[in-house]
Order: sequence, then structure tokens, then C-alpha cells
Amino acid sequence: MSEAADTVASKGPLIYRQSIWTRVTHWIWAICLFFLLLTGLQIFNAHPALYIGQQSGFEFENAILEIGAFNTPNGPVGRTTVFGQTFDTTGVLGMSGPAERPVFTAFPGAVTIPSFRDLGTGRVIHFFFGWIFVATMLVWFVASFINGHIRRDIVVRPTDIKGVPGDVVDHATFRFKHGRTYGPLQRIAYFTVFFILFPLIILTGLTMSPGMNAAWPWLLDLFGGRQTARTIHFIVMLSLVAFFIIHILMVVAAGPLNELRSMITGWYRASPGTPTVEGDKP
Amino acid sequence: MSGLITRRNFLRSSVLAGSSLVLAGCNQFDFLADKTGPGRQIMERANVLTYQAQRALIGDQALAREYSASEIRQGQRPNGSTDPSTPEYLFLKAENFASYTLKVTGLVDRPQSFTLDQLRNMPARSQITRHDCVEGWSCIAKWTGTQLGPILDMAGVKPQARYCVYHCFDNIQRTLTGDILYYTSSDLIDAYHPQTILSYGLNDQVLPVSNGAPIRLRIERALGYKQPKYLHTIELVDSLEGFGKGRGGYWEDTGYDWYGGI
Repeated sequence: MSEAADTVASKGPLIYRQSIWTRVTHWIWAICLFFLLLTGLQIFNAHPALYIGQQSGFEFENAILEIGAFNTPNGPVGRTTVFGQTFDTTGVLGMSGPAERPVFTAFPGAVTIPSFRDLGTGRVIHFFFGWIFVATMLVWFVASFINGHIRRDIVVRPTDIKGVPGDVVDHATFRFKHGRTYGPLQRIAYFTVFFILFPLIILTGLTMSPGMNAAWPWLLDLFGGRQTARTIHFIVMLSLVAFFIIHILMVVAAGPLNELRSMITGWYRASPGTPTVEGDKP
Repeated sequence: MSGLITRRNFLRSSVLAGSSLVLAGCNQFDFLADKTGPGRQIMERANVLTYQAQRALIGDQALAREYSASEIRQGQRPNGSTDPSTPEYLFLKAENFASYTLKVTGLVDRPQSFTLDQLRNMPARSQITRHDCVEGWSCIAKWTGTQLGPILDMAGVKPQARYCVYHCFDNIQRTLTGDILYYTSSDLIDAYHPQTILSYGLNDQVLPVSNGAPIRLRIERALGYKQPKYLHTIELVDSLEGFGKGRGGYWEDTGYDWYGGI
């Protein structure tokens, strides 16, 4: 009897950590971002270059990224030019696929939807999931404001900034605290995603719309031109991909079953020693 | 012990599942390219939502950004058709479009026909605007022409007319069964928009063949495929069925959205 109680105590309480709003929006976003990323790369492939300014320089130079296929005496190669530095990216960017029938797209078909060149279809899917993404974000903001998720878990407080060095050490040594709320690095990461990256990727997406430019001309001024907005859209995409990779690594490192359970059922096994409150399970 | 194994198994299977999802990524969803499929049909409803949302949000008269002359830093990049080869167009090009006429037909009270000189003698509007290709690039140029709205008023648009269909000379695609000629369409809000002009001038020169001579329509709040080159007839209609594949334009028939404002 006492041994069983000890086991429970060494486990920490089972706490109801994620509300239904958090869980449902999380998985809808996961699906949306998957399709938005892969169709976004399809759309990028239609003109695989990024510029700074209002327009694309064809007779002047304002590109910061160009991906393409080039003929050389030794056959075609894929090249990527970033800030004037050119890299041979054959096999990944610019040219990929089997040697006997290479594909000359910027991003390979394995990471685009559709897998072949089809800008029209890519746009249809991108905008479909774009609408769901934005609608889900509105639901999340309203629900998380009302149920306190934003205030309790997301907003970065001064104490969180002070707690960053200690939290970095904890993460580096794989000592994760499974508490009732999020740690400093988690708060900073989620705050960045929800309050910076998500709004930025939506607004820069809208800035690329000639219709929205007429409705909200300030978008062009805010981002320094349509082509700069397109570049920012791409950089935010890279940031979200980086977030996704770290997010998955952290889930795996912190205990994937517990983390997944909390995002499916809401129930989360806290660290031993976490004070119990009413509603917790043993 | 068993917990460790479970975790390891879980890790292994999730890595497998994850990588197969990414690797197969993406031809698993190739079926969405089929424009007749139910999934595609549902997703295309988002385009209708975009159109309706933008129409509700954007004032009918709200202007596209106009730029200063210093922003013209390059020629207007030609793409799509750049040198049509239909006999009709080759004849007109050879005589420098002397017998060209722009026709306004369909659901109008008084069908109209205008020569190039007549169009050039109408009140002119010049605008330095940004051309946004659906591919993603942009190019700023000065377009000079006459507004479409007053021309439609001369023809007297019937109340049941809902769309303008723009018919063009260029054979954008050549097939075994013959040439496919470019066309596109817009609603009457875009047709009557103050910046919607029948342009005959580009960067203070006569509009060149590569950019749509003798007349290219500008619909400045939409993407490049809504700026039809080599325009010869504007047809007022109440439905887009019966033209091409019924989706309202050449590129639209291949799967692009009809509205083209995003």
C-alpha cells in the first residue's frame, strides 16, 4: 500500500494541462502548415528567386536568392545563389531526381504538392489551407484569451527573461521540468510563433495580393514593397520549419508519449514534486 | 525496462512514419490536380470565399498603388504570348494595325466598334503601376490608355450582364485540333474600375507587340493573367459557360483561380 503511494509520488501528479481549444487548434494547424509548406514550395518553384523592394530586378540587381539549373560542359547542374555567393546544389536544389531523367525544379518534387510542376493546383490548396489557418488562429486567440492560456502560459514575463540562462542549462543537460505551465524557453518560443511569426506570415502573404494592396496600401509600406514581403514570407517559413524541427526534438527528448498524450487527451504527467491541486489525478 | 523498449519502438516507428509521410509527401496528394475531383472542388470554394471577401473589403473604387517615374527601372518583362502567329494578327501587324477595331458586343444596347485612332483620341489616362505575375515576380511600368468604363457606357450594358469576356488574337497554345486563343474575363466592378484602361502606350512608347499591341487591357488590382494582350473583342455576358472550358479564361481553364486578386 505504502509502496504504491510512493510510486505515485515519484511520478508526480497527472494534471489536465491542455484545453480542448489548445488541442484541436494544435492539430488543425499541424495539418494546415504541412500543406501550406509543401504548396508554398510549389508556388516558389514557379519563380525561384527572392528580391528586396517593390519589383523583381530583371535589368538590375536586387535578388538575394536565386535557385536554378544551368548547362555546363559536364552536363546540367543545380545552383543556388544566396547574397551573391553561388553554391552547387545539384541533387537537392535546382536539379534533382534520378540521373537518367533529372527534374529541373528549384525544390524537388518530394517536398512539393503536387509532386510535379502545377502552380494552379498549388495555389488552390495553399489558399484553402490559408483560410483554415487564419480561422483557426482567430479561434485560438479568442479561446486562449478567455481561458487564460495566453496569460498563464504564453506571455513572456520579466521573470521568464531572468530564467532563460537556467532553462538553457536545463535543456542542454536534458533536465526537463514538467510543470503546470511552460518554462521560459517554451514561453519565448510559443510567444514568437503566435505573436510574431504567425501574424507576419499572414500579413506578408496578404501583401502579395494585388487586391489587398488596393484595400490596405499600408501593407506595402510596412514591409517595404511586394517583393520584400515575399522574401519575408519565405524567411518566416524557414523560421517555422526551424521551430517545427526543435519542437519535435523537444517532444522526443521530453518524453514523447507524455507530450503526445497531453496534446491528445489533455492529461499530462508532471514532474515528481509538483504540488497537486484539485482536479489532478494520481 | 519495458517502458524504455516501448519508447524506443515508438521513436523508431514515428521516425519511419514521419519520413515516409515526407518522402511520399507529395505524390499522395497529386490527385488534387484533377480539376473534376471532389476534393479539388471543395478546395476551390476557398477561391470563391477569397473573391467575396476581397470584394466586401476592397472599395469598388479603391486604387492600386501608383508609383513615381523613378520606380520605372527596367522594361516591362514580356511573357506568355510575345509574338502571335495567327493569320489575322500577322495581317494587322504587317499594316501596323491600320484596320484594327476593338468591338464591344454581347449584352449591350448598341454594339460598338472603335479604331485605334478613335481610342487614342479619347480621354487618356497614364498610370505607373506594378504588374504582378502569378509566378511571383513584379515589374513596374507606365501604362497609357483610355478607361474601359466610358466605352462600356457608350455601348449601354444591359442589366442582366454580369461579366466582360475579353477575346484576344494570340494563339497561346497550339494543339493537334487547332490553336487555343487567349481569353479571360472579369466582373463589372473590375471593368468599371477607374484604373481599368485599354492601354496603347507603355513607358511613353507605342505598346510593342511583345507586350500586347495594339491594345492590352489593364486590370490593376489583379494578377498578370487578368491583363489580356492583343485584345480585339469585349463581350458582355451573364454567364461564363460556353467559353473555353467554362472557367472564365485560358489560364483559369488550366486550373488557376478566376478572380486573380491574390
